[in-house]
Formats: sequence, structure tokens, C-alpha cells
Amino acid sequence: MMLKIALVAYLLSTIFCLFYFVSPKKSLGRAYLTSAVAGFLFHTWAIVSNYLEAGHIPVTSFKEGMSFFSWTIILVFLIIEYRYKILILGSFIIPLAFIALLYPALAGHEIKALTPLLQSSWLGVHVTLAFLGDASFALASALSIMYLLQERQLKSHKFGATFRKLPALEVLDSINHRIITIGFLLLTLGIITGALWARATLGSYIQGDPREIWSLITWVIYAALVHFRLTIGWRGRKSAIMAIAGFAVLVFAFLAINTFMSSYHYPGRF
Amino acid sequence: MGIFLVGLSHKTAPVELREKISFSEEAIPEGLDKLRAQSIRENIILSTCNRVEILGQCENSGKGIDVVKNFLATEHSVPLTDLEPHLYIREGDEAIRHIFRVASSLDSMMVGEPQILGQFKNAFTIASEAKATGIILNRLMHKAFSVAKRVKTETGIARSAVSISYAAVELAKKIFDDLTDKTVMLIGAGEMCELAARHLMQNGARKMLVTNRTYSRAVELAQEFNGSAIRFENFSESLIRTDIIISSTGAPHYILHHHDVKEVIHQRRNKPIFMIDIAVPRDLDPEINKIDNVYLYDIDNLQAVVDTNIEERLKEAEKADGIVVQEVRTFGRWLSSLEVTPMIVLLRERMEQIRQEELNRTLPRLNGISEKEKKAIESMSTAIINKVLHGPLKALKSGNPEEKETLMEVLREIFRLEGSPEKDRNEKKR
Repeated sequence: MMLKIALVAYLLSTIFCLFYFVSPKKSLGRAYLTSAVAGFLFHTWAIVSNYLEAGHIPVTSFKEGMSFFSWTIILVFLIIEYRYKILILGSFIIPLAFIALLYPALAGHEIKALTPLLQSSWLGVHVTLAFLGDASFALASALSIMYLLQERQLKSHKFGATFRKLPALEVLDSINHRIITIGFLLLTLGIITGALWARATLGSYIQGDPREIWSLITWVIYAALVHFRLTIGWRGRKSAIMAIAGFAVLVFAFLAINTFMSSYHYPGRF
Repeated sequence: MGIFLVGLSHKTAPVELREKISFSEEAIPEGLDKLRAQSIRENIILSTCNRVEILGQCENSGKGIDVVKNFLATEHSVPLTDLEPHLYIREGDEAIRHIFRVASSLDSMMVGEPQILGQFKNAFTIASEAKATGIILNRLMHKAFSVAKRVKTETGIARSAVSISYAAVELAKKIFDDLTDKTVMLIGAGEMCELAARHLMQNGARKMLVTNRTYSRAVELAQEFNGSAIRFENFSESLIRTDIIISSTGAPHYILHHHDVKEVIHQRRNKPIFMIDIAVPRDLDPEINKIDNVYLYDIDNLQAVVDTNIEERLKEAEKADGIVVQEVRTFGRWLSSLEVTPMIVLLRERMEQIRQEELNRTLPRLNGISEKEKKAIESMSTAIINKVLHGPLKALKSGNPEEKETLMEVLREIFRLEGSPEKDRNEKKR
């Protein structure tokens, strides 16, 4: 129920922020932010009560995973919004959080008993780290799209309605860099905890599970991004494109693994 | 009671006439007095380099207009027949609309320019210090200021840059955001590029490098900008530490090419450069703009930005006119409520008089209170009056004719109100 209310709030927020994207009215910006915060509170409520009911953090099925992903996206978005006050950022990220929550909120909810494999305190740590990393990359790709949009306007000398609302290139680039670095650290920690957990329960660090493979691929992409920025000053357009590509790979992996491949990461699957 | 306005502006009169008709700030109080001696109850004189306008309020606005016209002619020794074709005359709602539009900078030469509101406030201060304004014009002016504020916040008429040099600053801020740690290089000289440099400095840019074919000229300019001079032969060496370039040399060919900048950007590890080429023929090879992280604008590009901004302002001005029309209606309602019962004017004036007397008595005794606190006390006293009057005025406006009669009788008795506003004023004078 709470999840459905959260979904409705995100829907409202999505509508407001899409209108805000094209209209100069600041009140629309405040409206979408308020509905996003409201949605986030209900969403948190839903997750906490699931947690209390099940006794573990609700991330053990595709549905729960999507819901948790949507929640971390909004969380990271709100942190960035609070810190940097870039009102138009929501127009690039709220719709994603809404879409991610669609299926989990509309499909019925049932709690399955955990397989013994997952009954571990590693679960919360590993999954939270990984998802926060993913959410950071989602925000980075949103900021990158904004960067490319603004860059194109400045390069082509043609300015649209978004020019004034989008922040300066350097601002977008530096926030992007920060969030990717943080996301990269979280992902790294997520992989390490996953590996340690696997070693403790299954005997070796890596199982050859598709989710593991794809995580390592994503890790390499973001490692390259962070590395090249530090060494040869990869910034601006190039790193924006890379950040978007990195996130695309991440989303692809997430969906493909759950649809076509078998992975012990989501035993319940649908 | 009629509000009217007589004036001339850049739209109706050439500068030769405007300068003849304009008032110096010192001459205004006397002019206000002269007009008030001729049955104009309240008036304000606004005189700027683009316009001279006299706003008045009197019993018969037709007569008032004649008085003002003659006053303008005789005061500045210009034959009325020469002056008249350039004057515009507005009465009633039209006058109110005009005032709102002028205050909101909708009637300015450059729509949305910010000075006019300040000049307007100044004209009002002079008039109210000369005691030339009363409840109607006071209210009208305060309303005009709030309309101007509404227009400014609700429309985009003052939002975007409408000069080349401001457009450059606006673009710089969309690339770098904060200019404080940025280095600006000035290549060549010229009014427009110096202006752009100055605007950039006003917006935070600190470090200024100046280069010129004539080194002594570079040194001179560098001193003016508190920057350092560079020899023209060596300027490309300093490009690595330059974030913003403004170029305006008389060179017949490009002074900076694609491959030069490509190298510079590489050495800067892709830190962006904003290049402004004001020169004609151009100084910077347009191909440079194709390099990643370089943003090159020539004079036409900047002009195009300015043109779109002006267009946008005009479009926003239409929106603003909608707001003005709405506000004129509101004000008109208030005004006609006054006309229905001159009694209300009397009552308000009496209250205002009491308020002023009490303020004059109290405020000087409160030592060390700030302007803000003073304002708060003043607005509180106004609020008290409005609250107190709310009931009686409502009764006055709504009751049936007979009841009104009795009410007015009672009010006159208890507030000791005498005669019409006109008579009241004359009595005060005596």
C-alpha cells in the first residue's frame, strides 16, 4: 500500500518535473521536489516495514531489488539536490525512479523465506553498497546528459529553454566527477564484500555468476573513467559520454541477467 | 477627483526638446509648489534624460491638464505651440496604466532596464518630502512599485543580457560558473573589449593578462586593469594559464589557429577555454570552435545572443502588460470606492493625520532604532488604521442610502470631520 502511495507521489513528481523542464515557472520545480520527498518518505516506510516483517533487508527478488534501486536513486538525488541546489536535475532522474518502481509497486507483494545461502548479515552490507554505487552512477549519467545538452548549446551558439536552468559546465563536470568517484568506491566495496561473503559461504571468491562478471565489467569501465581523468585530464564531453555508456551497460546487465540468465543473485527472479 | 499625466519621452520628443524641458533635482520642489498653488491637489514630477512626466490629481482633470501644459511651457520658456505636438496626455485609468508601465520599465528605450524604477522612487521621495502627495498618489506610487516588482519576478523582462559585453559575461558564467579563480587575457584594445573585460572583473575575474602589438599600450592597459602586460610575440605561451580570451586586434589575418589551440588544450589537460573574438576581420580561426572544451564566439555570434535576448524581453513585455492591465483594474476599484464617498477620503485623511502626528512625536524619542524597525513601526501604524477603518468603511460602502446618511452623520460627529477634502485642506493652510 505504502509502495503504491509512493508510486503515485513519484508519478506526480515526474509530471511536475517534466513540465518544469519546459516552463520557466519555479513553482513547478518546488512542486516536483515536494512530491518527490513525500514519495520518498512513503517509500522508506514501505521498505522499513518490509524489513521488520521479513527480518532482512528486502532485496532478495527482482521486484524488491527494483524497488530498492528506485529508493537509492531518490536518496542520492535528494542528497545532491540538498547540497548543490540544481533544481532541474530532477527532470533527468525522477522519471527513472518512477519507472523503476512501477513493477514492484503494481505487482502483488509476497514474502518468501530466505534460502539458507542468503541468511547472513553480509546481505544488507553487500547489497546496500552495491545499490548505492549503482544509484550514484544513475545520477552521474543524468548529470552527464545535462552536461551534453548544455555543451551542445554553448558550442552551437543556439540556446533553448533549458539554457538558463542548466548549471555551468564546470559545475556539472565537477559534481559528475565527485559522484562517479564515490560510486566507484561503493561499487568496489560492494564487490569486495560480495567476494568475501562468497568465500565464506561458497568457498571461493568468485563463482563465475553472470552478475559477478558484469559487475567486474562495469567496474573496469568506471575505473578507466576515474583513472583517465586523473592522469590525462579526461573531462567534459568525453567523460560524460563514458558515464552514460557505463550506466547503459549497468542497466543492460541488470535487466538481461534477470530475464535471460540464471544467477544466484536473484533466486526468486519474478 | 481625477488622475492625469502630461509628459514627453524619447518616443515623442527629440533630445533637443527633452533637455530643454527637463528639471534639475533642485528645481522640482518649487515646481511642485507652483502647481499646487493652481488647484492641483497632488503631484509628482519625474525627470530623467529620456522623459519628463508630471502626474497630478485634482478635482477637474481637464483643467489640471491645461495648468500643467502651461506650466511646462512657461517654466522652460518654450512656446506651448512648439511643445504641444510632443506631449502625451493620459487621464484616469490610462494615466494609471502609463505610470505602472513606466515604473515596470515597459516604456523604456531598452525594455526591462533597471534604472527607471530607482529614478521613479527618487521622484516620489522628492514629491512626498515636499508634501506634494496625498493619499491617492501615495497609494498609486506604492502600487506602481509593487507592480514593477511583480513584473520583474513574474516575467523575464530583465533576465537576459542585452549588450555584447554582458552577453559575454553571461556565457562565461555558463561555462565556468565562478569566475574568481579565472584568468582573462585581453589581446589588442578597443572600447568593446575593455568593457567586456571590465564586466568580467566585476563578476569576479581577478587575474588579467594584457597584450598588444605596441607593448607600451599593453603596459598602460594592464595598469588600468591591475593586471600584467605580455609581449605580443610571446602571448601564445601564456595561453595555457588563460581561461577566457578576449581578442580585438586590427590584424588582417587570424592570429590563432586550430593547431595552436589544440596543443594548448592538450597541455591544459582539457580545462575549458572561452574565446571571444570581437575583431573584424576576425582574429581567431573559426575552426577552433570544433576543438573539444573550447567555446569560441565571434561578434556575430554574440550579437545573435543579444538579439534573441531582446526578442525574448519583448515577448515577456507582453506578459507584463497583462499584469499591468490587471493591476490597473484593482487600483481603479479602490479609486472608485473613494469617489462614491468623499467621506472616506476625509476619514482616511483624518486618520493619516493622526498617524503622522503620533509618528512624529514617537519616532524621534526612540533612540538608536534601525531603519528597518522604523519601517516596521510605520507599517504597523498603517495596519492599525486599516483595521480600525475596515468596519466603518465597509458599512459606508454597503448600507442602504438612508442608513448611509445616518452613518455619515455619526462618523462626522465622532471623528470631528468637517466639510469636503478641499475645504479641509484650505482650513489646514489657514
